[in-house]
Amino acid sequence: MVGYTEALTDPSYNGQILTLTYPLVGNYGVPDPNIKDLDGIPKFFESEKIQIRGLVVHELSHTASHWNLSMTLDEWMYNEKIPGISGIDTRELTKKLRTNGVMMAALVVSESEIDVEKIKQELKSAAHYNSERFMNEVSTKEEKIYGDDKNSVVIIDTGAKNAIIRNIRELGYKAILVPWNTSFEKIMSYDPKGVVLSSGPGDPQNCPDTIDTAKKLIEENMPTLGICLGAQIIGIAGNTETYKLKYGHRGQNKPCVNLENNQVYVTSQNHGYGIKPESLDASDFKLWFTNADDKTVEGIKHKKQNCIAVQFHPEAAPGPFDCKFIFEELKQLMEK
Amino acid sequence: MPKNESLKKILVLGSGAIKIGEAGEFDYSGSQCLKAIHEDGLKSVLINPNIATIQTDTRFADQVYLLPVNPQYVESIIEKERPDGIMLAYGGQTALNCGVKLDESGIFKKYGVNVLGTQIPGIQSTEDRQLFKDSMKEAGVPVLNSKTVTNFDDAKNAAEELNYPVIIRVAYTLGGRGGGVAYNEIELHEIVERGLKASLVGQVLVEEYIGHWKQIEYEIMQDYDGNNVVVCNMENVLSMKVHTGDNIVVAPSQTIDNHEYHMLRSAGLRATKHVGIVGECNIQYALDSDSDRYVAIEINPRLSRSSALASKATGYPLAYMSAKIGLGYNLSELVNRITKNTTACFEPSLDYIVCKHPRWDFSKFELVNPKLGPTMKSVGEVMAVGRTFEESLQKAIRMLDIGNDGLVLNRANGQKFSEEEIEEKLSHHDDKILYNVAIALKMGISVEKIYSLSSIDPWFIEKIQNIVNTESKIKSSALDSPTLWEAKKMGFSDKQIARAKEQTPDSIRDLRKKLGIIPSVKQIDTLAAEWPAVTNYLYFTYGGNSNDVQIPSNEKGIVVVGAGPYRIGSSVEFDWGTVNMVWGLQENGEKNVSVVNCNPETVSTDYDICTRLYFEEITQERLLDISDFENPKGVITCVGGQTANNLTPGLAEHGINIMGTSAHDVDRAEDRSKFSAELDKLHIPQPLWQAFSNLGEAKNFAQDVGFPVIVRPSYVLSGAAMKVVWSQEELKIYVKEATDVSPDHPVVISKFMLNSLEVDVDGISNGKEVVIGAIVEHIDSAGVHSGDAMMCIPPWRLSNKIIETINEYAKKIALTFNVKGPFNLQFLINNDHVYVIELNIRASRSMPFVSKLVKTNLISLASKAILDKPLPKIPENKWQKIHNYGIKVPQFSFMQLEGADIALGVEMQSTGEAACFGESFYDALSKGLTSVGYNLPDKGTALVTVGGSQNKEKLVASIAKLKHLGFKILATEHTAEFFEEKLGDIEIVHKISEPERKPNIADLLYERKIDFIINIPSTSTLEKYVGMLDDEYQIRRKSLELGIPVLTTIELADSFVKTLEWLKTNKPTIDPIQPYDKIE
Repeated sequence: MVGYTEALTDPSYNGQILTLTYPLVGNYGVPDPNIKDLDGIPKFFESEKIQIRGLVVHELSHTASHWNLSMTLDEWMYNEKIPGISGIDTRELTKKLRTNGVMMAALVVSESEIDVEKIKQELKSAAHYNSERFMNEVSTKEEKIYGDDKNSVVIIDTGAKNAIIRNIRELGYKAILVPWNTSFEKIMSYDPKGVVLSSGPGDPQNCPDTIDTAKKLIEENMPTLGICLGAQIIGIAGNTETYKLKYGHRGQNKPCVNLENNQVYVTSQNHGYGIKPESLDASDFKLWFTNADDKTVEGIKHKKQNCIAVQFHPEAAPGPFDCKFIFEELKQLMEK
Repeated sequence: MPKNESLKKILVLGSGAIKIGEAGEFDYSGSQCLKAIHEDGLKSVLINPNIATIQTDTRFADQVYLLPVNPQYVESIIEKERPDGIMLAYGGQTALNCGVKLDESGIFKKYGVNVLGTQIPGIQSTEDRQLFKDSMKEAGVPVLNSKTVTNFDDAKNAAEELNYPVIIRVAYTLGGRGGGVAYNEIELHEIVERGLKASLVGQVLVEEYIGHWKQIEYEIMQDYDGNNVVVCNMENVLSMKVHTGDNIVVAPSQTIDNHEYHMLRSAGLRATKHVGIVGECNIQYALDSDSDRYVAIEINPRLSRSSALASKATGYPLAYMSAKIGLGYNLSELVNRITKNTTACFEPSLDYIVCKHPRWDFSKFELVNPKLGPTMKSVGEVMAVGRTFEESLQKAIRMLDIGNDGLVLNRANGQKFSEEEIEEKLSHHDDKILYNVAIALKMGISVEKIYSLSSIDPWFIEKIQNIVNTESKIKSSALDSPTLWEAKKMGFSDKQIARAKEQTPDSIRDLRKKLGIIPSVKQIDTLAAEWPAVTNYLYFTYGGNSNDVQIPSNEKGIVVVGAGPYRIGSSVEFDWGTVNMVWGLQENGEKNVSVVNCNPETVSTDYDICTRLYFEEITQERLLDISDFENPKGVITCVGGQTANNLTPGLAEHGINIMGTSAHDVDRAEDRSKFSAELDKLHIPQPLWQAFSNLGEAKNFAQDVGFPVIVRPSYVLSGAAMKVVWSQEELKIYVKEATDVSPDHPVVISKFMLNSLEVDVDGISNGKEVVIGAIVEHIDSAGVHSGDAMMCIPPWRLSNKIIETINEYAKKIALTFNVKGPFNLQFLINNDHVYVIELNIRASRSMPFVSKLVKTNLISLASKAILDKPLPKIPENKWQKIHNYGIKVPQFSFMQLEGADIALGVEMQSTGEAACFGESFYDALSKGLTSVGYNLPDKGTALVTVGGSQNKEKLVASIAKLKHLGFKILATEHTAEFFEEKLGDIEIVHKISEPERKPNIADLLYERKIDFIINIPSTSTLEKYVGMLDDEYQIRRKSLELGIPVLTTIELADSFVKTLEWLKTNKPTIDPIQPYDKIE
């Protein structure tokens, strides 16, 4: 119901056809992409463009109403040349996805009868989602600097959402966004107080360079926070194993338990991979957060070093702000 | 935290009789609370005088007291039962206020009772306006700016500071009179000057005006550990202009974005944490439509109407979870009741849109103002589930059961307004507002213009535009598959489509099914299909192409049709009937019992009551859809009041097996002329009657028998369009009205017998045996609607001979009409003769009352009858041998209805009822009167004003008794003259319409120098209808607004005085009710 602007521009969704369970979409339109905050970050978007390859909804609102809108969802997608389809029984589609897992799909438009069998064949021979290499697509090509505060935090961009940068800025730090394969040495040359490994799309194993960097960050005890894909990368660097979830955790209403105080938080999540719970024992990490429903790993803390990681999105956008305190935890590590 | 192990016995307070603003939703929340307590093996004690509820059955609660929920009675129960915990959040404002008072007077401390859930300081910091503002500021949640002023200059400064427009609220006045909205200094001057004069303390409040802001609500759960989640949010379509109880509400919100949604969500979590909510609460915001500025308006630290709606909208049982939290569980320990394996500490995701629509009953009240505003006036509501707003809205309108088939294409279509008229209607909402938006769109008025006048968000107006466009498309194009699909997705019913195409609904249905255009059945599962969920909570939609569930053929069951929205005349008693029927069938071995209902304020829509719950329209079209899907053994229509009953013939015609009395026999009873002819055949007397088809016949009949006469259509409930007519002119008006209400059925006119007693009989038959539940006597004389009358079991003015005759007639009639299930008969007793007025072959309003007093659950018996099982042997006169008196007293909600007159008549006006039992008539009555809000003073002053010498004569004994009890008697001139002569020592007071004459009633009322009023309208009902006596109306209205009891019938006045006398030397008993006797 809310958050489509944020979701569609989240680089973690890069390369995917997205379907929304809420049936009425586009009600409040889309704000102006040219409105930037003081740091030059688009105020209402999570990246520079729509990241998804297609959108599937039940009902698209052709008119929109909101004080902050500059266009309809339809106009935005048209401008960015991203296809979508409405009129679909998205509940039925969701049930299919929950049973069979995430799958390859095609959106086909034709004036004549569509040959479904032929499309299925084409789909079979298409490059599989798992084999795609997203980093070239989603990661920044060069360093980007936001703000001019004395102390800085480096964000390794494996598909970072703008909200991560915003949260670092709110902590009072300069944010330096660097490409996904930036070396440890290069990072240290910025003399950062801490490092964030960002969220992003795909299998963490596809980011070997980032894993290497993470290993060194842990070794050198650099205060580090991993988010989502970043958490999996940190996990691998600390000897845990990752695996692909059947259909992932996606939504804004995922309850997680903080094992340190038994408080439950509602979190925003979007991940298809996770850290194997049974691999934690032999690793350098201890369990920090678990998913209250399926008990999967939602956060880990290094047993000795200043390294924390969460599988959910503390930066929200879309989703609840309940876990903003994770950034405060990073700040504490940096100021220790 | 685990469950608090020190708890053994918990006291739960109910909300008492149903009134506007406190309705059946508290039966739902209280029942869930008791269920939660019971599951944990703890004892529960309930205090609630609302006899028609499920919670006052001894099923969930261990001990039930039908007693007033006020500090005195609750204290006496605490003293007797010694509970160690108390739940205050499940009985509305009544229970909450009572709890706060008990705490203030140290009762909880004295008896060591723990308040479970939100603690008293938390409750106070939400209830007290200033404490609320302070605590919100501390929590970083903005509130509305306002200033109290005592002169215009200060008001002007305040307004400039706050920015125009501002709203001026007058301190200490009645019903917000004298206030208003000022857009500039000139208007401000006028309103403030007027307001300062009207205010008793010369004070007005100048506040930012935010009528055009959005009204958004969040339902929040929090445990003792401070874990909190938002279960649901809701948006009010009619903005801040209209009270949320009178608003059309959608869930989830539709027009706010991610930033606003989570901004308000976070603020809610902060606020509830700061206040210390434990359990459930509702927080209401106003959100600017032109920026992200917002303010918190209020927090309800208890279950509410909104939380009942949120429960049903999401499938998250808020009241149950809240009670568990009160018992000490934390959120993550509790399990999602739908998935059964995920935690309750989550936020449901919806994949549908819910639309709540209020039901108003303005036509029942004379003089009432139908404008919508900050005071709630609706008497009930419905909730529709769909996958487009258009579908949900049109479904909701049909659910209201007000004769409309949707937003457009209704039977009474085509109202025309001038541009000026429609603009006025758009800016001042009444109960027709959305219809008026549709009319405006058809007139070509732009969406922006409608928005600026109405403050309805353009998104909703655009959706109404879609409905309007679809209407013209249906009219102008051929009914092919795409057009029909579009119409159905936009929520059009077959009836609407048929009307547009001048065809029959059946032909549309046939065509549709031929084209494969049928609705899908979807689950409400709290998680938008993300995980598999075994849930039986279902709805129908055209926004899908696949069913979520299939019904195996070996699960063929029975469908019980519920009662739809609460309204005047059909309230929680029919939900009691529905739920007890489900239980009865289950106890008799039926494994698959489904329920169809659309009222979110009910227990019958708790999905754990039945095998499958269809939260759906109670219309022929939808019931046929359900039958197509379920292929049931049969459908039961006799427990859902008149709404369900009216469907009987149509469903039977379509081949549905009606279980219970046959459609043919129901029709013989409902069709007034067939019914009357049957009675003649049985030689059972009835008031003179005639069916007629034209006014001439009606006039002739009335002249023959003499006025007054009663005009009534068939197939109606609670006197809709039933009128006592006193003159030829009136006859003309009401005959037309009656034919409008029920055009397909004959209208009958009968002699209205003055000075009669009215009697109700509730019974069950299986076609061979008849069980009479009880004979119930009306304390008020005939002419006061049976729903508004006080009732008594056993009857106290009937001779044994009359009781025998009634018994005989009742049995004869039940067998003649082949009744299989519940029935209700109404009799008139005039000069020792018994006349039959009406037979209802269905559950009645008085059945819970009869069942509980006589300890025979009549609906359980009815379930046996319907299943063709023999009825148990119940002694013929069991009800006469109950050594108890039961008295049922109506609850009125006139205070909410600006302008409504409180004098009673043939149209039912009460919104609810309470009943109490006692060892004597006055024992029961004193508790009954207290339960519905009468203060029973032991000394003070009574004002007497009585019209007509006959009435005065009848009251002499009572007035003498009052004097004897030490009450001072005031009376208006003529009344005073009469009683002075008979009794002496009467003080004269002057009419409100003569303010210059002192002492004046108006002054005395304001000064609270009158404790109660006996005001019998002149010559009984006659002049009320011929011409309202304005002065008497003024007295009734003013006293009502000041909370001073007014007794408007002789019988009530007599009983009231005798009760005062009884209380001088007696103390009311406080015994729990006994469980139903086991039937084999």
